[in-house]
Amino acid sequence: MFAYIIRRLAYAIPILIGVNILTFALFFVVNTPDDMARMQLGAKRVTPEAIEKWKLEHGYDRPLLFNSEAAGIERIASTIFFEKSVKLFALDFGNADDGRSIGHEIRTRMWASLALAIPVFLVGLAVHVTFALILAFFRGSYLDFWGVVVCVAMMSISSLFYIIGGQYLVSKLLALVPISGYAAGMDAWKFVILPVVIGVIHNIGSSTRWYRTVFLEEIFKDYVRTARAKGLSERVIMFRHVLKNGMIPILTGVVVVIPSLFLGSLVTESFFGIPGLGTYTIEAINSQDFGVVRSMVFLGSVLYIVGLIATDISYTLVDPRVRFD
Amino acid sequence: MRKATVLLLAFLALAGCGRVWNDPYPAIERDANILYSSFTERPKTLDPAKSYTSDEWDFISQIYEPPLQYHYLKRPYELIPQSAAAMPVVRYIDANGVALKADAAARDVAYSDYEIRIRPGIQFQPHPAFAKGADGQPLYLGLTEDDIKRRFILADFPQTGTRELIAEDYVYQIKRLAHPRLSSPVFSHIADYVVGLKELGALLQEANKNIVAAHQAKFGASDQGPPWIDLREFALRGVTVVDRYTYRIRVKGKYPQFLFWLAMPFFAPVPVEAEQFYTQRGMNDGRNLTLEWYPVGTGPYMLAENNPNARMVLTRNPHFRGEAYPAEGAPGDREEGLLVEAGKIAPFIDRIVYARERESIPYWNKFLQGYYDRSGVDSDQFDQAVKISFEGEAALSEDMERRGIQLRTSVGTSTFYMSFNYLDPVVGGPSARKLRQAISIAMDWEEFITIFQNGRGLPGMGPIPPGIFGHLEGEASINPIVYDWVDGKPRRKPIEAAKRLLAEAGYPSGRDAKTGAPLVLYLDTVQRGPGDKARLDWYRRQFAKLDIQLEIRATDWNRFQEKLRKGNTQLFFIGWNADYPDPENFLFLLHGDQGQSKFSGENRANYSNAEFDSLFDRMKGLPNGPDRQAVISRMVRIAQDDAPWLFAYHPKDYRLMHAWLKNVKPNQMARNGIKFQRIDVAERAAKREAWNGPVWWPVIALIVLLGASAIPAYAGYRRRERMAARRAPVRA
Repeated sequence: MFAYIIRRLAYAIPILIGVNILTFALFFVVNTPDDMARMQLGAKRVTPEAIEKWKLEHGYDRPLLFNSEAAGIERIASTIFFEKSVKLFALDFGNADDGRSIGHEIRTRMWASLALAIPVFLVGLAVHVTFALILAFFRGSYLDFWGVVVCVAMMSISSLFYIIGGQYLVSKLLALVPISGYAAGMDAWKFVILPVVIGVIHNIGSSTRWYRTVFLEEIFKDYVRTARAKGLSERVIMFRHVLKNGMIPILTGVVVVIPSLFLGSLVTESFFGIPGLGTYTIEAINSQDFGVVRSMVFLGSVLYIVGLIATDISYTLVDPRVRFD
Repeated sequence: MRKATVLLLAFLALAGCGRVWNDPYPAIERDANILYSSFTERPKTLDPAKSYTSDEWDFISQIYEPPLQYHYLKRPYELIPQSAAAMPVVRYIDANGVALKADAAARDVAYSDYEIRIRPGIQFQPHPAFAKGADGQPLYLGLTEDDIKRRFILADFPQTGTRELIAEDYVYQIKRLAHPRLSSPVFSHIADYVVGLKELGALLQEANKNIVAAHQAKFGASDQGPPWIDLREFALRGVTVVDRYTYRIRVKGKYPQFLFWLAMPFFAPVPVEAEQFYTQRGMNDGRNLTLEWYPVGTGPYMLAENNPNARMVLTRNPHFRGEAYPAEGAPGDREEGLLVEAGKIAPFIDRIVYARERESIPYWNKFLQGYYDRSGVDSDQFDQAVKISFEGEAALSEDMERRGIQLRTSVGTSTFYMSFNYLDPVVGGPSARKLRQAISIAMDWEEFITIFQNGRGLPGMGPIPPGIFGHLEGEASINPIVYDWVDGKPRRKPIEAAKRLLAEAGYPSGRDAKTGAPLVLYLDTVQRGPGDKARLDWYRRQFAKLDIQLEIRATDWNRFQEKLRKGNTQLFFIGWNADYPDPENFLFLLHGDQGQSKFSGENRANYSNAEFDSLFDRMKGLPNGPDRQAVISRMVRIAQDDAPWLFAYHPKDYRLMHAWLKNVKPNQMARNGIKFQRIDVAERAAKREAWNGPVWWPVIALIVLLGASAIPAYAGYRRRERMAARRAPVRA
């Protein structure tokens, strides 16, 4: 297994280099270093000298990819791409355009994102799997039919509707929790409870339908019929056998997102005033902060690769037939 | 079971009897004297040499004290001393160094000396930079990297100190404007006036280059901690310390507007110890221990918590000397109760908590719940908050009145305009004057204000907004190219007049008289989303009145700015918000030397008119009075006649505040008025409780419903468990 992980990590290096190049190219197709300087310096009384000074201070005074005026390795090394990208591989994110440490921001903000994302993930998984099992248990009944109809309806509604509707109903009309805001530590519960509930409800439609399909596929397999023939109760069949055997397709979708929980949710964090990494990313895009954008894209890629490896490992845990060799 | 039910009901009854569940603030703050406000954009910098946005000034105006400030109540805006003991004494000097009279003509004045005396005894806020040990030596100004390594926030430096504000602190800050590492946005402009600032900038640039080169040779090119440059070692010719409490600034020529600059944070004092403290190696190494993050001032408040992701907290500066509430105001202020506190010593509020709110819906709802003390009015909430009478008067909606919310309106010191590019061969230059005039008549900005601004604006007659000297009222105020004065009010000229002008311009019925080709004009704009479509369609319809085809060239903000800089536009829409309440700050936007394409200035229309430029140079040095008004009126008339801009509108600002917030008067120029505001904490607590009683019955009903639905589900489950195997369908 160790060799397998090392091999997968080695594969990740060219992927990360590719992601870096792509991010760099896409960003600088849209923005120039002059644009970035203007964005930071403001709209009033910005002189060309001030722009040059800003670029010099922030390391954007060099060519983008190839320095024809330099010699030797400096032709590559003395460029914005090299300067800004190489350190990422040592997880040194550098500073944002406002001079603040990106690493510090990530370390600070990820807790807020996790405070929201982990409960949504765990509670959501439990609720969605339970609902899917219930629908599968009552397959073919009115409950199953109307359950699927409701799921499809819930899938069709925008997440914004759940957020704004939830805030209006629970925070404004019922006045049960604050509409938005955040506090660190144990005080966070009253701010995250509503977004967690909304996050879980919002995903009920798609997740329940998917898990139901997985369980239904399992239910008609031979081993289930054999279990029934042995006289096992439906409850034991569903929870001990069907659930366990349905885990492989579920894990494929679930484990891969676990590392990405760090990255937060753009819309939910914004509406609930939760200072997580989702808002950090969207703010960086709006303010054309290349340092933050490339760091978050890089981090997202790393976490996604880690998630894929973790998914492969998890297969061996739930299915003894899967082996790395 | 019965006991549990009773307990639950008792709990819910108590919950319904006043306990507030949706309070976003800690319970300990419930009866505290705190102002709750919000911010949307995180501040980029709180350094007074760099900060140039209103969002940032909301914070630093409470912390830093420039020598002058705007009177809190009086209108038109009036400058008064803040940290200065009196208004600066101005002396005019000719080219030979001979003193001139106070009314000397601008052409005779080579230099103006502004002598500013500050009040003795003003103390800086508590800060570690001032901390001293038992031996009288600074505790934290000679730290090693190891000393700093374990400290991440300012509170990690437990000892603080203070010292008296002196004239040298103001001089130091003026030198900071030329600091090459700060890139102050106003350096170029101020250096055109303050004697020696440009030379100091060049000198510091050179010195910094050597220092940074030596530093990088030692620590590497990407090191974040180049050493401190002690600006006291660099002389600034035009700025001198006269004595401990007095300093003098020499300005080139006669520039009366310089006084307004002395009311901006750029001229607030910065103590040398603070800069020395923050530039110690390691302070900026991912810790953000910088002057941009932790300001050091003498104002009524100091920054206690800087978490721009969530909230910023200001607390009362214990060393603030106190400031008397104004004893005089504008007409009507006494009737509105704004002079009740006259003479009382401010500040009245202990803390200010600014919470980060990115979205308008939660922000608005929290305001209605009483968790923000004041609010603006978004377009989305306008109809809910405000009703407009048939006479066009704004008043609060019934719901707002029931809550005791107050509405304050004021006309912004801003001008929005649609500009022609004066360098464009079709719409630019004197030859296209009639074409521009025709379009000026056709664009119905009154309709625009009604549709897109909810009526919050005044149609523009010229570049100068109301409330600024030079703006006239009544018949004299109207743009005679576009309006007639009928029945005591302006009336837009009929479209036929515009068509006549268009024909005279060589485009009868919107076609080129020589070629017969239709006239197609291009509007460059920033496309922000589908919501822009209605506005862009409206523009097209206005041009279509003259049979002119308007093509919209939508782009992003960067490309839009680039087009303006290069002059690759025909038409565009933009605005200007005043730096200070003087007509010079608007009329310079049309001065030839400010042409953006040629001189990188702020004249985005690239308009040029020799007479206008000459009058501008004269107007700049005149004191407010009939002479100046005459010059301004002529300049405005030239601008109306040449029509390089379609004067669109001056926005109206609508502010809402709860009844418990007292002494609030909108001030478009100053942001340091919180010190005069007061909160009735008991009233706020009572209202919050009354408005936010939790409603539990739907939750109980939901639980009961779920519980009830579990019964048939369980019955179904049992039935299935007991069900015999069904016969398999018989296959054919």
